[in-house]
Formats: sequence, structure tokens, C-alpha cells
Amino acid sequence: MTSVVRDLFNTSVEFVRTFGAFQLFSLRVLRHSPEVLLGRFGLVVKQVFNTGALSLVIIMVCGLFVGGVLGLQGYSNLARFNAEDSIGVFAAFGLIKELGPVITALLFAGRAGTALASEIGLMKATDQLSAMEMMAVNPVPRVLVPRFLGGVIAMPLLVAVFSMIGLFGTHLVAVELLSVDVGAFWQQIQITVDMEDINEGIIKSIVFGVAASMIAVWEGYNAVPTAEGVGRATTRTVVITAIAVLVFDFMITAVMI
Amino acid sequence: MQQTRSVEIGTGLFVLLGVGALFFLTTQTTGGDDFSADEIYTMEARFENIGSLRTRAPVAMSGVTIGRVTSIRFDPVTLEAVVQFVIDSQFDQIPDDSDASILTSGILGSQYIGLRAGGSDTYFEDGGEVMFTQSAILLENLIGKFLVNSGSKDED
Amino acid sequence: MLCYAVAEGTYVRQGPQKKQTMKQLDDSSHNLIEIRNLKFSRGHRVIFKGLDLDIKRGEVTAFMGPSGTGKTTLLRLITRQLIPEEGTIHIGGIDIATLNMAELYRLRQRFGMLFQNGALLTDLNVFENVAFPLREHTKLTNRLIRHVVLTKLHAVGLRGAADMLPSELSGGMARRVALARAMVMDPDILIYDEPFVGLDPISMGVIVRLVRRMNDTLGITSIIVSHDVAEVSTVADCSFLISGGKVAASGSPDELRTAKSELVRQFMHGMADGPVAFHYQAPDYEEQLLGRDAE
Repeated sequence: MTSVVRDLFNTSVEFVRTFGAFQLFSLRVLRHSPEVLLGRFGLVVKQVFNTGALSLVIIMVCGLFVGGVLGLQGYSNLARFNAEDSIGVFAAFGLIKELGPVITALLFAGRAGTALASEIGLMKATDQLSAMEMMAVNPVPRVLVPRFLGGVIAMPLLVAVFSMIGLFGTHLVAVELLSVDVGAFWQQIQITVDMEDINEGIIKSIVFGVAASMIAVWEGYNAVPTAEGVGRATTRTVVITAIAVLVFDFMITAVMI
Repeated sequence: MQQTRSVEIGTGLFVLLGVGALFFLTTQTTGGDDFSADEIYTMEARFENIGSLRTRAPVAMSGVTIGRVTSIRFDPVTLEAVVQFVIDSQFDQIPDDSDASILTSGILGSQYIGLRAGGSDTYFEDGGEVMFTQSAILLENLIGKFLVNSGSKDED
Repeated sequence: MLCYAVAEGTYVRQGPQKKQTMKQLDDSSHNLIEIRNLKFSRGHRVIFKGLDLDIKRGEVTAFMGPSGTGKTTLLRLITRQLIPEEGTIHIGGIDIATLNMAELYRLRQRFGMLFQNGALLTDLNVFENVAFPLREHTKLTNRLIRHVVLTKLHAVGLRGAADMLPSELSGGMARRVALARAMVMDPDILIYDEPFVGLDPISMGVIVRLVRRMNDTLGITSIIVSHDVAEVSTVADCSFLISGGKVAASGSPDELRTAKSELVRQFMHGMADGPVAFHYQAPDYEEQLLGRDAE
């Protein structure tokens, strides 16, 4: 009995310690961010390419289908009230405020987050980070910060692409397939969607971008430097990012409404 | 060098696409940009019932948006809704006996304020109030009236 | 050529002064690195319990020992990637424990280190890998960087591989590129972590020759960690055999080979059983097989 209590206590202490270490790590990364952004922008651009441009295909394909599904579901439900014209509003709100940021962040964790974590973990496992230390180069600004900033910059852009493509997906299904009036479709969207709604999406995407990138970089940097450790780090990246994104989503939505 | 070149091109395309998508969302899905004016003046109007009018709803004259609702409040003394709206200063010659009514765009569309020109020689001024107003037409009332009317016709 | 581990307590050193760190390494003293009473443990496992050794300027010094004796840990302690629990490490008269981050980084620029598998940066090609320290620490023009990098690559015989990616290199080539990178800042101390492991005999011969040549022509002090007795014997001026958290024996390769200590003999001649037991700690064989536990 006492051993169970002791285990529980130790686990809780370890959890709090890890959480604290993550905060300190985040501070380190953030503190080095301005200098990297100003001094080594080339490194950041390379990472925007790695995390953003390379995630584009999966984001666009998924966006198109999510939008299409929204069109089908929206139509079958709204048609009961003869309100098919509102299908655009239904899809636009869903995409811009919720699905765009959340699904993009989850896809980002799966595509870019795992790539970041495994890349950094492998650099650690193959002594590349130690080698940098030995060459008197601090790996935090040289390796971690550009990857973090690349993710932060890429995320809002990916979210915007996702939402836009998603709307086109809905347009394709609703207008081309189900013969909803084009004018009504877009006009309803324009009348109803406000700048505030888009701001909510942008705020979410920035928060998710920071969270997802930071978690991926942290997991990679703290991976056990073996093949198994790197594998576990990538898994944890996806799991933790998914939880963090949904928790943040709930909190932001609660505040914004 | 070839590799960095393709990275640069890819990144450029990605950022352009992302910014383009953001631009598309902000301009094409919001109606917020059909009214913008450098100089405006503020008016007030009192309605018995504003239906589902919201702030930022358009103020239109002859179907053209010339202003926007800025605030809606309830006057506890007169028990009326007080709607404040702004109008682009270039339309400064609206007769002060023009009347305002709350209209609906389309059957299920959102509501807006429609101004109908009067014949006075004096014009709306900043801080003025619209004298003649007509409340929102509520679908329920309309249906009620229709039923009452058709019922009384039968009795005749 | 004789070297020795200093007996405990015979060495008195004045406390380090802050200003020391700002000046260049003290070039006059005979010993470049002095380690006194070093203690370090990982978890419950004690790795060093009072290690003393000196590394002489301009020589090739080797740390040898059975696997798991903490040879690589010792390198990490010397380069302050790890911090000892007790004891001091002086490099060129500077106590490295007193250095702040900036001073440590300045000191590390005097080091070149060759990691076990090269540790080349995977996203840069060979040329950029070698140029990496120059780009980070100097403001040399591209022309000058190109000149320096190609010179260093030529020295390791890989000028022709400048455009290849690390993933396209063989193990031996990767290590030679890493060597070129370690030398590119013209360090005072070159550290090799297991440079001979997993190489074919030809690559091995190349590395052995390079190590010796770097040391003699450039006046570098070299430290090698290895358990390849034969290769070490051909390059090292002085070897330390580390076992049980202390220096078990030291001397030139010839001296070690003829030493009387059983442990040294076992290691130098590769005998399966001896002070380092063949059997891992276990209960009595007979007892376990015929097993009272089995009941």
C-alpha cells in the first residue's frame, strides 16, 4: 500500500518536474528567438520550407475533403429546413473558427512535428549536437530556434490555406454537385462572417503553431539518444501535441465567445 | 546552390499561397469591406422593435450601403431601442425628414436599416436623430395578421 | 619517453584567478592538461574515484581501458560537457570549472574533437560541414573560407568529395571529413573518441597516419580514446590504462606491454579471463543448475 502511494507521489513529482523543465526550455528558446529572427533569417526560411511547404500537399488534400464533407453533411441537414443557402455559412464558420486551425495543427503534428522531433533526436543520437557544442556553437539558437520559428511562421499560413481550400471543397460539393445557388452561397458567407471570426482562427493558429513546434522541438531535444528513444519521442510528439491543441482550442473558444 | 535555390522557390511559393489564402479569407468571406469612409457623422434612431438587427449591420439608401450601425441600446425611460449609426460624410445632403425602417435582405437574410428620402430642405447633421422610423417586420406578427384578416374575411 | 600519473597530494596549486580566463592558454608549462582527484558517478554507478593524470604538450596521449570504464566520460569531463562531482581539471593553467559560458566557448574553439561516428551535420554537404566552424566563428570572405576548407580537405585526401552529402560517405571517409572539420580552426588540442572502431584495415591505416602527422607537423596535442591496443601502440607517445575509476597503469606502449600488473597484461594481450572476469557476477554455478531454488 505504501509503495503504491510512494509511486504515485514520485510520478506526480516527476510530472511536475518535467513540466517545469519544459517551461524553462521554452524560455530558453524564446529568449534566443529575436536574435535568430534578425541575425540568421536564412536558417528560419529553410525551416519554413521544411515544415510549411512540405506539409502543403497533405494540408490541401485534407482541406478539400473536409470541406466536401461539410458540404454533404450541411446539405442533408439544412435541406430539411429549406435552408440550403446557408450551407456556406455553416461551412465557413466551421472551417475558419474550428476545423481549420484544429485539423491543420493535428496534421502538422503528424507531418512536420514528427519530422522535427526525429530529426533533432537523431542529431542528438549521432552526436551532432555534442559536436556543435564542441565547436563552440550553441545548438539552441543554431538548431532548435530556427525549427521552432519555422513552425510558428508556417502554421497560420497552413491554416489559411486549409480554410480556403476547404471552402472551395464545400463550394464544389454544394454548388457544382448539389446545385445550391452560387450567389446565395457566397453572399450568405459574406454577410455573416465577421473579421472577428477570422481573427479567432488566426489567434488559434498562432497559439497552436507555438505549442506544436515547441513540443516537437522539446521532444526531439530530450529524446533518449537511441533508435528506440527517437521513435518514442516522435510518438509522444503527436500525442502531446494533440492533447495540447484540443485543450488550448477549448480555452480560446471559451474566452472568445 | 541548386538545392538552396529550390528551397527558396518552394518557400516563396508557400508563403505567397498562405498570405494569398489569408487575404482571400479576410476579403472574400467577410462583408466588412463594402463600407469604408474617411469621414463620418453619427445619427440616432429610435425603434419600437429592431427584430434581429445587429451592430455592424449596413445602413442603406436606395439599396446602396452608405453607413453602418455602431451601437444598439435600450432606453429604459421611453422603453424603445436606440440605434446609433454612422454615415459617410460625402452623403451630407439627406433630408432630415427621411424615414428609417428595418428591412430584411432576402427571406432568411440578415437585417439592415433602410433610409427613404423625404422632401425637406434641411439635412441630417452629426448627432441628429431620425424622426420617422418603422420597426422591423416580424414574421410571426405578419402571419398572425394574415390569419386574423383571412378569418375576418370569412365572416363577412 | 616516459610519462606518469602524479601521486596524490604531491601537487600544490594556487587558487585560480578570474583574470586567468581572459588571457591565452598558459603556453609555458610542460603539462597542457592536469586532472587532480577527479570523482564522478552516474546514478549509483561510480565511474571515477580519484583520478589523477597529466597530458603533456605536443604528445599523443591515449586513454585505454575495458569497455564501460568511462573513457568517453573522461573526454566529456575534460571538455566540460559534464561537470565532475569533485576534483579539478586545469587546461593550460585554467581551472575549467570557473569558466562562464562565453569563456568556455572561447576555450572550446581551441579544441577539435572527432566523434566516434564523425557526427557530421546531416543537412550540410562535406564542404559546408568543414566550413561550419569558420562560418559560425569568423567573418572570413567566401573566397578565404573556400581556400581554407579545400586545404583541410586536401590534407585528409577528400578534396574530391566536397560536394557529397554525409549520407553518401563510407565510415572511414566520414571520419576523415570530421577530422578535417576538427582541424579547420587550427586547434591546440585534438581529441579523438574511438577513431579506429569499425574501420577496414586500409581506412584504419589512413587514420593512424593522419593522427600522427597532424600531431607532428602542426604541433597539436592529441588525446585518443581507444581500446585498439595495436593501433594505439603505433601512434601514442603515452598511454593511460584506466580501470576501476583510477589510472591502473601508464607509460609508453612498450612499457605497458612489458608491465607486470595482471590487469595490464590481460588488457594488452587480450586474455579472456583475469582481473576483469569473464563471468558477470552470478550465483554459484553448481548451486543454480542443481538448484535448490527450482523446488
